[in-house]
Amino acid sequence: MRAITKTFPGVKALQEVSLEVERGQVHAICGENGAGKSTLMKVLSGVYAAGSYDGEIHFEDKLCEFKDIKSSEAAGIVIIHQELALSPFLSIAENIFLGNELSTRGFVDWNKTNLEASKLLARVGLNDHPTTRVADLGVGKQQLVEIAKALSKQVKLLILDEPTAALNDGDSANLLKLIKHLQGQGITAIMISHKLNEIKAVADKVTIIRDGRTIETLDMHADEITEERIIKGMVGRELNNRYPEHTPRLGAELLRVEDWSVYHPVDQTRQVVKNVSFNVHAGEIVGIAGLMGAGRTELAMSVFGHAYGTRISGRVYKEGVEIQTNTVSAAIKHGIAYATEDRKHYGLNLLDNIMRNVSGAALSKLSRWGWVDSNKERLVADGYRKSMNIKAPNVASITGKLSGGNQQKVVLSKWMFANPDVLILDEPTRGIDVGAKYEIYTIINELADEGKGIVVISSELPELLGICDRIYTLAEGQITANVPREEATAEHLMQFMTQAKDQDAR
Amino acid sequence: MTAVSSALHYLTGQLRQIGLFIALIVIIIFFQITTNGITLAPINVSNLIVQNSYILILAVGMVMVIIAGHIDLSVGSVVAFVGAMSGVMITQWHMPWWLAIVACLVLGAVVGMWQGFWIAYFGIPSFIVTLAGMLTFRGLTQIALQNQQISPFPDEFRALGSGFLPDLGGGTSLLEPLTVILGVLATAGMILSDMKQRASRKKHGLEDEPLPWFVLKMVFTAGLILLITFLLASYRGTPIVLIVMGVLMVGYSAVMANSVWGRHIYAIGGNMHAAELSGVNTKRVSFTLFINMGVLSALAGLVFTAQLNLANPKAGDGFELDAIAAVFIGGAAVTGGIGTVVGAIIGGLIIGILNNGMSIMGVGTEYQQLIKGLVLLAAVAFDVFNKRRAKAATK
Repeated sequence: MRAITKTFPGVKALQEVSLEVERGQVHAICGENGAGKSTLMKVLSGVYAAGSYDGEIHFEDKLCEFKDIKSSEAAGIVIIHQELALSPFLSIAENIFLGNELSTRGFVDWNKTNLEASKLLARVGLNDHPTTRVADLGVGKQQLVEIAKALSKQVKLLILDEPTAALNDGDSANLLKLIKHLQGQGITAIMISHKLNEIKAVADKVTIIRDGRTIETLDMHADEITEERIIKGMVGRELNNRYPEHTPRLGAELLRVEDWSVYHPVDQTRQVVKNVSFNVHAGEIVGIAGLMGAGRTELAMSVFGHAYGTRISGRVYKEGVEIQTNTVSAAIKHGIAYATEDRKHYGLNLLDNIMRNVSGAALSKLSRWGWVDSNKERLVADGYRKSMNIKAPNVASITGKLSGGNQQKVVLSKWMFANPDVLILDEPTRGIDVGAKYEIYTIINELADEGKGIVVISSELPELLGICDRIYTLAEGQITANVPREEATAEHLMQFMTQAKDQDAR
Repeated sequence: MTAVSSALHYLTGQLRQIGLFIALIVIIIFFQITTNGITLAPINVSNLIVQNSYILILAVGMVMVIIAGHIDLSVGSVVAFVGAMSGVMITQWHMPWWLAIVACLVLGAVVGMWQGFWIAYFGIPSFIVTLAGMLTFRGLTQIALQNQQISPFPDEFRALGSGFLPDLGGGTSLLEPLTVILGVLATAGMILSDMKQRASRKKHGLEDEPLPWFVLKMVFTAGLILLITFLLASYRGTPIVLIVMGVLMVGYSAVMANSVWGRHIYAIGGNMHAAELSGVNTKRVSFTLFINMGVLSALAGLVFTAQLNLANPKAGDGFELDAIAAVFIGGAAVTGGIGTVVGAIIGGLIIGILNNGMSIMGVGTEYQQLIKGLVLLAAVAFDVFNKRRAKAATK
């Protein structure tokens, strides 16, 4: 791939990125969340059609212009997305040959389908019968089915987007072994991963991407490449004056969470949050740093009224007193608020206007006997529109038509109006331009100065370093460090974020 | 932005509402011409209101259900079931008519609780639960009536469906006085409340509706109410069921706009997850919503039975489809979150006038069905087209 540039409205996702992968190698790509790794792979696999980006793709010395996934697959490039694309109620064999059915005169030849499928399953080391329903398999085995599906398409270059993100340790090790094994059969692989130990285990080369540019490509065999070396490439960004000054005035402890454990709502054997304890004081801004899949959002949403997960255990203390946060309304009543990372799906009613979104979490403050005082509501919402500098002609504007930054301000307004003591902000600046980010940081500081406890979840280390007084690092569902601002550096944090604590530590 | 372009901008935002009103007027004018003036004859207007009342009552409940992202297919069967039970209560159990009415409304609430429980707390999609309800309540109707019809009903009960408010003029005046008084009061109330609202919006600098448009809209609505008043007053006066509908329309519009419950209904239809994460008890809202629908279905069942003076095992057949069509013609979104009570009522009136006009013209029922189907499709296609255009404009 040469000089790939891909722009989305308002953002340059990739700038002149080049990548060279040699036949028969395992090539890792790493970088922070949002660095552009997945976008690059989508360009390579034809998800973004030729013409929607600049630059050239050469595959086996030929210039390729893929119109769609089908044409890249015809060339032998198959991408396996992080979210598996299997149909759960079909059998393994049906999934493998979906869209590519083995048929004679329009009728599926089931004997041939199941026979071919079992041959492919043997290649990936899966013992299950091809007629097993995919829904009955664990995620690890489903991942193997995806790979078998790729093999059925005569894959030459296999792209794996964070293949182990959803797997437990045993399945991960298994998968890495398989990648090595396939390499022996002449299949080239590109693997996106956050986990540096995995990269060290299987990759021949690693390319680091940061802010939509290629930073460097390291040969894992040639030099002595340490994890620190890779981390430096991932975070090495200048910090300039993008954060407002702030001196914290700490008060008493507001919220303490102890021994918090959560299991995945579907796969109930997978522990997503493992014995996490943390606290936040009045006036304090606490950061939670973690890579994608570390369990940050899961932690926050489970504390906020058990809105995520099953088999939740642990204790929550508010100002030293144990409280129950079994439902969202109970959590809100106890003064906890959670502003989601996914505004569009969990934060806003995009069909409705600013006013009704702002008042949504605290209608009781505006109503008597179940009737809303709409004049008061309008005044409140208009007050936030002005003070938060929400760019919209009036509060009757539909939130679905606002920009990301302004939508985020509506979400913040909603929770400020609910007036909680503890505010958990999940990726408060995701998808927001630099100017609006500064405004949001200023608002966060003001809220802390009012004596609220703020928890900021973010995968952007510079952001956490810029605004937090204290930072916890979360890796694979466990807190791996609790670092005060003075001691925190990006390298230091990244080390804790990529390292997993020993499972049996307790 | 200049005043003209900002006014135009405002009007394009209101295109759906304007379109709905224009469609209603065009249809009325069309039938007025093709039926040689029968459509707007006093007796026909009176009949139109009375004969569509139960569909409009159902549409009010249905629009709320659809805004919340649910559907209710059982309303036709519930209408029949409640009608049947009212007959059993009055003629077999010899209950006084007023007690039977109360008991039937309670019965509607119980029906709603039954369906609401499975939908809200058991998590079965409303489509399935109410499809099952459509069958079970039809079956219960037939069991209650033992496949017989019940008739007649006492006059007091029948008044709910086909009665009129007392004629203050003693039947001799040219215009019935009570109707005139009510019509003038309604017009004045509408104008005053609109002006008050506009003034309060203006005070906070939140007004974006151009003044000429505001005046035009008010003159139009006032004209419409006064026209209906005139027509009704020159026939037999105000149908009792019109008062019931008026109360429902004003009451439920206010509930949907300004009550916490109404807000929660829009919130869960607009974004279920966001509503949950804002502390809305989504299960309880869905549950109460179906109780409400059950009570309104029961009311529609009483009105229908009173009107026909007959409890019939086949009653209410297909009412759910008319109510759902009214809601979608009235601009509600299939995915929930969008819709208004007034829109649903206008949608219901459009269907009612189509039925009425085509019947007068002598169009066969097969063509009536065909035309109603195409109108529904056209209305929703217009919505989708509009939405796509709006999206393209913001890009």
